Amino acid sequence: MGGSLASLALLGAGAFFSSLCGRRSRWAARVALLSVVLSAVAAIPEALSVLLSGQARRWEAPWALPWGSLAWSLDPLSAFFVAFLLLLAVPFAAYGRGYLEDHGDLGWQSLSWSFFQLLLASMVLVVLASDGLLLLLAWEFMSLSSLLLVLYEHEKDGVPQDGLMYGVAAHLGVAALLALFALWGSQAGSLRFEALASTSLGPGTASAVFLLAVAGFGSKAGLVPFHVWLPRAHPAAPSHVSALMSGVMIKMGIYGLLRMLLLLGSWHRQWGYLLLALGGASALLGVVYALGQHDLKRLLAYHSVENVGIITLGIGAGVVCRTEGMAEASLLAFLGALFHVLNHGLFKGLLFCGAGAAAKAAGTRDLDAMGGLLARMPWTGSAFLVGSMAICALPPFNGFASEFLIYAGLLMGGLGKPSVASRPLFFSVPVLALAGGLALACFAKAFGVAFLGEPRAKGAREAREVNRWMTAAMVLLASACLTVGLLAPFLLAFLKEPAFLLVGGKSSAGAAGALLPVSLAGGALLVLVGILWALRRLLLRKRTLAPAPTWGCGFSAPTARMQYTASSFAEPLLEPLRPLLRPRIHAQEPKGLFPEKGEFSSHLEDGADRILYGPFFEGAARLAAKVRPLQHGRLQHYLLYTLLALLLLLLWGVARP
Amino acid sequence: MTALLLRLLAPLPALLLSPLLLGLIGRVKAFVAGRQGPPLLQPYRELRRLLGKGEVVSTTTTGLFQLGPLVALAALLASLLLLPAGPLPAALSFPGDFLLLAYLLALARFGTLVAALDTGSSFEGMGASREAAFSALAEPAFFLVLCGLAWARGSLSLGGVLAGGTAETLASQAPALGLLCAALFLVLLAENSRIPVDDPATHLELTMIHEVMVLDHSGPLFGVVLYGASLKLWIFASLLVSLWLPAGLPLAVSVLLYAGALALTAVAVGVVESTIARMRLSRVPRFLLLAGVLSGLGCLVLFSGGRP
Repeated sequence: MGGSLASLALLGAGAFFSSLCGRRSRWAARVALLSVVLSAVAAIPEALSVLLSGQARRWEAPWALPWGSLAWSLDPLSAFFVAFLLLLAVPFAAYGRGYLEDHGDLGWQSLSWSFFQLLLASMVLVVLASDGLLLLLAWEFMSLSSLLLVLYEHEKDGVPQDGLMYGVAAHLGVAALLALFALWGSQAGSLRFEALASTSLGPGTASAVFLLAVAGFGSKAGLVPFHVWLPRAHPAAPSHVSALMSGVMIKMGIYGLLRMLLLLGSWHRQWGYLLLALGGASALLGVVYALGQHDLKRLLAYHSVENVGIITLGIGAGVVCRTEGMAEASLLAFLGALFHVLNHGLFKGLLFCGAGAAAKAAGTRDLDAMGGLLARMPWTGSAFLVGSMAICALPPFNGFASEFLIYAGLLMGGLGKPSVASRPLFFSVPVLALAGGLALACFAKAFGVAFLGEPRAKGAREAREVNRWMTAAMVLLASACLTVGLLAPFLLAFLKEPAFLLVGGKSSAGAAGALLPVSLAGGALLVLVGILWALRRLLLRKRTLAPAPTWGCGFSAPTARMQYTASSFAEPLLEPLRPLLRPRIHAQEPKGLFPEKGEFSSHLEDGADRILYGPFFEGAARLAAKVRPLQHGRLQHYLLYTLLALLLLLLWGVARP
Repeated sequence: MTALLLRLLAPLPALLLSPLLLGLIGRVKAFVAGRQGPPLLQPYRELRRLLGKGEVVSTTTTGLFQLGPLVALAALLASLLLLPAGPLPAALSFPGDFLLLAYLLALARFGTLVAALDTGSSFEGMGASREAAFSALAEPAFFLVLCGLAWARGSLSLGGVLAGGTAETLASQAPALGLLCAALFLVLLAENSRIPVDDPATHLELTMIHEVMVLDHSGPLFGVVLYGASLKLWIFASLLVSLWLPAGLPLAVSVLLYAGALALTAVAVGVVESTIARMRLSRVPRFLLLAGVLSGLGCLVLFSGGRP
């Protein structure tokens, strides 16, 4: 336990010292980088040893917390998440060091570094907490520190609104969690996890607890329909914070869900179906909305919704398979879900870093004002390409390895039993496949429009490669995507123990064996590409490679603005869905015999916003407006209210039998 | 030892004979139209001609323009390792290998898309956009066909999926297999940019999908694109016919059956191309939805019949 506690202390101290740096923000960054690296060094060996041995470590501070205790434990599930989050924090911090350098007020920079470490510390605490109250406290710290990070560019248009939305969404989620622990704690008599786990809940209560966990933790993870805050809050933050939030923080929702499932112990098959349905909906809606975005960072944020959906599909498959007694399939699905947590952290972090670099260099986040960035920023562009291929689950990168395991779990479960119970698993496969195909279209668009072709605006034309800190972090993450993809069968050894916990027993599934040929094929693929490249060079040795402009199909004056844009690229996919998605379209067609000017713009707004939350918050606002006459700021009236309230209480006390 | 050799030989027929499928389609189209038409071996001649040329490379492009087609070809070659050649088992076979096959095809697509977008041409962007959209919509049908077969044959590897049926089970599952087969044929037409989804022979850039993506490629690089297209057609056709190939026949007979069925598929594609008009692009999603519905129905019919 020592290592994890030391890392907590280091991050806390780092946060304190960074906040003292004031306008000497470079020192704040140095302190942050040092504390992040040291805390990773302190905690990761311990976490890895827990992951390999499967032996949980516990520690309890001798101080009491009102209604709770300071009980901490590092079991394999916690260890996986601790190692995951501290490992990823290092490149993000390094990237942030370069990103913030010339970005914003110096004093704010120091504070931002302080919150960055506070966010990491609170996430470590969330994962270590072995008591409901402690978990909630850490959870709240996490929400608030990330909210303050999102508000970094608070003077920009829209950022305060996005921050407000995030704050409200986070606290609605906390409300569900409070209800969860109140319900469960009242049955168990304590909020300690051991007490919660040893209480046997009735089927109704257990399902209520599960549903509250899905709402509370799912809203942090960004599951549909609790996702609306995510595509607004993540892009508003500085890019290293977006990377941390999208890559790591939303996984705390996944952790919470898994932890609650573990504590619940016995599951219902219907829970698994619910998770499959929510996961499938998140995967599809996430990618469809991503297709409609022009803002690069917003597009990536919607892909986080998609990938959380994929992870949830894996968890749902694991739940269904375990309740149906198919331990091997369940193990594959849980392994896939956990592995995808790690992989998504790697490639989504990388993509947000790349998007931040591109946006910084081109001076805009609008895809349709970019173009040709690969030629101008080769490091960023290549890293973004690797991230795009990894997120599309293309072999030999890491995304494929984890999606393969999830597919394998779904298929083995769907094929394993001829009963109707496994049909939803079977039919989740084409859903995942469709989401994969759409993701490929979306990243061909994002990478192609931003990085290839000719620049569409002045900012993109004058873009230059970003500084060394940023490129180094991106290269590190990109090589991690490839290495993890190729070494996947060996890395599974670190995921076995948490998956065994979730399956509820050790089984000898050959998951590593299943991935071995995948890695072999990935290696073969790389070799083949090399051979083909060499053959072509050999063939062309004595021939001419004539440079020429791109063929304009006979048109002699093509301009960069005639290139396919983000909207036009997505049109064939979004057009059939138009009645469902209802994008806002402003079009002014050119008129007259000698047409001069025309305009077209389209915006895709979130349906959940329109259908679900918009009316709800409008209703709340109307209600608030009705109550407003009560508040007019006169002291006498408030005293009157107090008196009336006391009288009512008194009456209630008297009238009560 | 001979078994191992046979395994390594499995990709050979595809490598050597796949351009023949394109040639055969050309012959059928010429025959139906009453033209003399190009000779059967025309695709080989074109490959030889292209490989002997230099290249023109657009000044807008980065290295991806050249790397893309090579990655696509490498992915197709790697997927040949997973594909059983009729009665010959695949070189590499493991549970879930058809997932890898599907994603290798996706990688090939990504390579082509990126190479097309690298030119900055609006026409190639148009082709890339359409290819990405239609292939994504074809994905569920493709997976449903393979998963349905996997369910019917109780195997997770392509070898077992394709070679599990005896003559009796084939007969008893014929209705379901017919539906899956029809869906796979539609996917084949869409993925290989044949009529009615795309027209490989047209020279109107606005109406093309695949051809318009490779407008700027020339010389050996274009040869790579052409050869890759023939390999892709072979992969889909091979899946389509292996589904019906009964197990337990003598090797020579099943090899003949396999070859004959492949040729028949090419003829079918040629006949479809000669008799049906290309559809409007906005109707392609419905066409692919049809493929998805057919494959879903096929799976349901399989389920209702129970596993033999």
